[in-house]
Amino acid sequence: MAESKQVVLRTEHLKSFYILDMQGTQKVVKAVNDVNLEIYENEVYSIAGESGCGKTTLLKTLFNEIVPPQRLVDGKLYYRINSEEVDVTTFSAEEKRRLRMEYISYIPQGSMSVFNPVIKIKGTYEDFIGSHVEVKNRDEIFAIARERIQELGLPKNVLDVYPHQLSGGMRQRVTIALASSLNPQIMIGDEPTTALDVVVQRGVIQMLKDIQKKLKNTIIMVTHDMGVHANIADRIGIMYAGKIVEEAPTEKIFDMPLHPYTQFLINSLPKFGDKTMRESVPGSPPSLADLPTGCPFHPRCPHVKDICREKMPETIKVDAEHKVACWLVEEEFNG
Amino acid sequence: MKVLRDLFRDYRFTVSFVVLVFIVTMAVLSFFSPYDPTLWHVVPRDMPPSSEYVMGTDSNGQDIFWQATFAVRNSLIISLISGIVSRVIAILVGMIAGYKGGNIDRILMFIGDSLLVIPLFLIFVMLAMMIREHMNLVTLGLMLAVFGWAWDARLIRSMVLSLRERDFTMTAILSGTGTLKLVIREYMPFTTPLIFSTLINNMSWAIGLEITLAILGLVNLNIPTLGTMLNWALFYQSILLGRWWWILTPVILSLLVFIALYWFSVSISEYLDPRTRIQRVGA
Amino acid sequence: MDKLLEANNLTKRFSQGNVISRAILTAVDNINFYIKPAEIFTLAGESGCGKTTTAKMILGFEEVTSGQLLRNGEPQTDKEKAWITEGVQAIFQDPFSTFNPMRRVDAYFHETVYNFKLAKTRKDAIDWIDQKLQLVGLTYQDVAGKYPSEFSGGQLQRISIARALLTDPKLIIADEPVSMVDASLRMSIVNLFKQLRDELGVSILYITHDLATAYYVSDRIAIMFRGKIVEMGSVEDVLMNPRHPYSKLLRDSIPQADPKLRWDSRVTLAELEHEEYSRKGCRFAGRCPEVMDICKTVVPPDVRIDDVFVHCHLYEELEEA
Repeated sequence: MAESKQVVLRTEHLKSFYILDMQGTQKVVKAVNDVNLEIYENEVYSIAGESGCGKTTLLKTLFNEIVPPQRLVDGKLYYRINSEEVDVTTFSAEEKRRLRMEYISYIPQGSMSVFNPVIKIKGTYEDFIGSHVEVKNRDEIFAIARERIQELGLPKNVLDVYPHQLSGGMRQRVTIALASSLNPQIMIGDEPTTALDVVVQRGVIQMLKDIQKKLKNTIIMVTHDMGVHANIADRIGIMYAGKIVEEAPTEKIFDMPLHPYTQFLINSLPKFGDKTMRESVPGSPPSLADLPTGCPFHPRCPHVKDICREKMPETIKVDAEHKVACWLVEEEFNG
Repeated sequence: MKVLRDLFRDYRFTVSFVVLVFIVTMAVLSFFSPYDPTLWHVVPRDMPPSSEYVMGTDSNGQDIFWQATFAVRNSLIISLISGIVSRVIAILVGMIAGYKGGNIDRILMFIGDSLLVIPLFLIFVMLAMMIREHMNLVTLGLMLAVFGWAWDARLIRSMVLSLRERDFTMTAILSGTGTLKLVIREYMPFTTPLIFSTLINNMSWAIGLEITLAILGLVNLNIPTLGTMLNWALFYQSILLGRWWWILTPVILSLLVFIALYWFSVSISEYLDPRTRIQRVGA
Repeated sequence: MDKLLEANNLTKRFSQGNVISRAILTAVDNINFYIKPAEIFTLAGESGCGKTTTAKMILGFEEVTSGQLLRNGEPQTDKEKAWITEGVQAIFQDPFSTFNPMRRVDAYFHETVYNFKLAKTRKDAIDWIDQKLQLVGLTYQDVAGKYPSEFSGGQLQRISIARALLTDPKLIIADEPVSMVDASLRMSIVNLFKQLRDELGVSILYITHDLATAYYVSDRIAIMFRGKIVEMGSVEDVLMNPRHPYSKLLRDSIPQADPKLRWDSRVTLAELEHEEYSRKGCRFAGRCPEVMDICKTVVPPDVRIDDVFVHCHLYEELEEA
């Protein structure tokens, strides 16, 4: 099934670091450290990882928004525009701007910063949509916006209020509606449901799925909540210390997690209705400025071997859709 | 010391630092002046700059260079008094008003706003008419301080208002800390950069106001300051009569002081604010 | 039965607006509950349901509009500072804002020890602090001289708990303590709560909207909606067999970490929030899948079924029976 789908976004050995120069000493934060992704059209690809693993940086890099002190140190980023693969890292600011909203849009964490607090919601809509679409007058813009808002089940009058009059959950949904207004091919979401109540979270996930089904586009999102992944993702990538350590379709990840970190992630969640004792992942994630040698997970890994401390594991394909980067798995697979 | 080295990378800090060192040196030199600045006719009058009189002499018969050292010293003293006293008032008022809120806040802000609105010159003209002869550096400094705290008190108050809502205020309260200790220990680190940059701004403002008042003749003209030097130079028509060395000395010194204070304040504030610091470094 | 804390008809009203138009928001509307010693009691609900306001009233940060709070049977007076007189302590949602980023973390520990006179010498103070830190899996060495930014969210939250334990409180109010911590690390904090209850006899008022951890850790639970407690009882009864439609909705909306258990029904969310507060009758009537005519006009009664309280018209007949 995956074979017939087109790749809509691709990265090759993507490396994006923060280079900080504080009081004379240089600090390099390896937030995205050799990431290879192939994301298809018409799918939801979600990235799982703890805080500090580099996921926000990865999203910003995928969105082609790289601002110093963040730098693209190596690697390539390709979008598929008009059936052609284009290397977008070399684009000028104007070319990048034109892609935004129409081809690729971004839903940030924390919806409050998207809307200008002193103008009504429709003012922000006007700014965003009006700068991308040639329209004769404002009414056309609002017509597009209102249609999309109603399709998604939001109250009609949401455009006519100020941001502070809406609850956090409602703002988040309006942000998502805004991001989808021009039917972008790719939507990127950074923790779109974090800090929302369970019911609102469910509504937001529902909305994202509705949009995806309707536009048949791609959603790339990041969250640390495996329950959210289980409910929305088609494929999941597990991120640790700047690398993707495992990638597979959702069912496979939950049925057969191969990387020890993935196993920990899944087992550390309380299953509702089950009071058996569960444990968190032991230890804490490494600092991206001071990574351990070899495999970055080895200090916390219960199955650590000598080779893990020395060499970074390579990514192997366990089957057509399941990739893992782990020496343990490599051994079992090959030997 | 790494901090200093970092600061010196900004040319504005380096230049302003050098100029300020120069200014302070001049002020210190005043203690070694061979002439009493309040006397007249101690040297030949109206001599242009020469090897004997580095900046020439003025129509009162004073050596301009040594006069300038006193002028710089006194102007600095006035501005320091104004700056420091007004900081103290601004901090007390701003923090109490911000933390306590309610009626205390309203009363204090009312007083502050009134002071902001009152036209300064009218007050100073009145005061000058009453006590000009008895005005000295300290009284002038204090008068300037009274008018210089209101704006910054508001800034500090709004900072405290937002800090009061943060969780760590509750943590401090739950730890049993009393109001005064809380406000000092918890909020001072946030307000210190603000206080420092407003101190420098206030000093700049004080020197400017002092010069203006002096030119208008509203201060005790017997005390040499940058402003009174200007006043005497204008009084004796030094521009008209071509005695450029007399008028230029206080003008150039004042300009140096203003630019140096401004650059000093701006470069330090930018350094202290983590956001602008990263931008400086990113490229 | 010993009641550590009891709330009777607790109400909090806020007035909003200005001189021209004032609106009264009843954030907490006539609620009744109690907490026993050595028990973990959960107050669950969406944001804006009144749980944080209730916590603030218990701590004494907000004034009670009407009703009563009793501690060990004694009524609380308005001016009382609960943390001083009763050793009630609290921990908050965002560990990074719980501590002043410009101050060292151990400063708060030493301040607490000094203010509450918990030790006579500095060495005794350090011993006391070290003891409490060990309860959360850390030592004084780990913490001394460090700034909040040097710790991870999970560590900082544990440090916050250790600070709360300094005064040997009988009740700790935990306001969304794990919602900002990564899902994979929540267990360590929540297991710690169980330990505190079992080994030290501390009661915890656990405020959250995460029913998964609530089920895992608490003894009894009260579900709040827009200022009212809509269901209350033991966590087994309320979460395994929810009666109130809102409790059912909350329970069904927990995202399960299992793709086979995806949601199969759709949910409608509230329109603009403040409308729900100003409803007559039951506040959930606008979204309730089992709404009846009476719900829109008459405030539901508190019905007791077995050991569970439900605030709903659906169960009215049962009480009479």
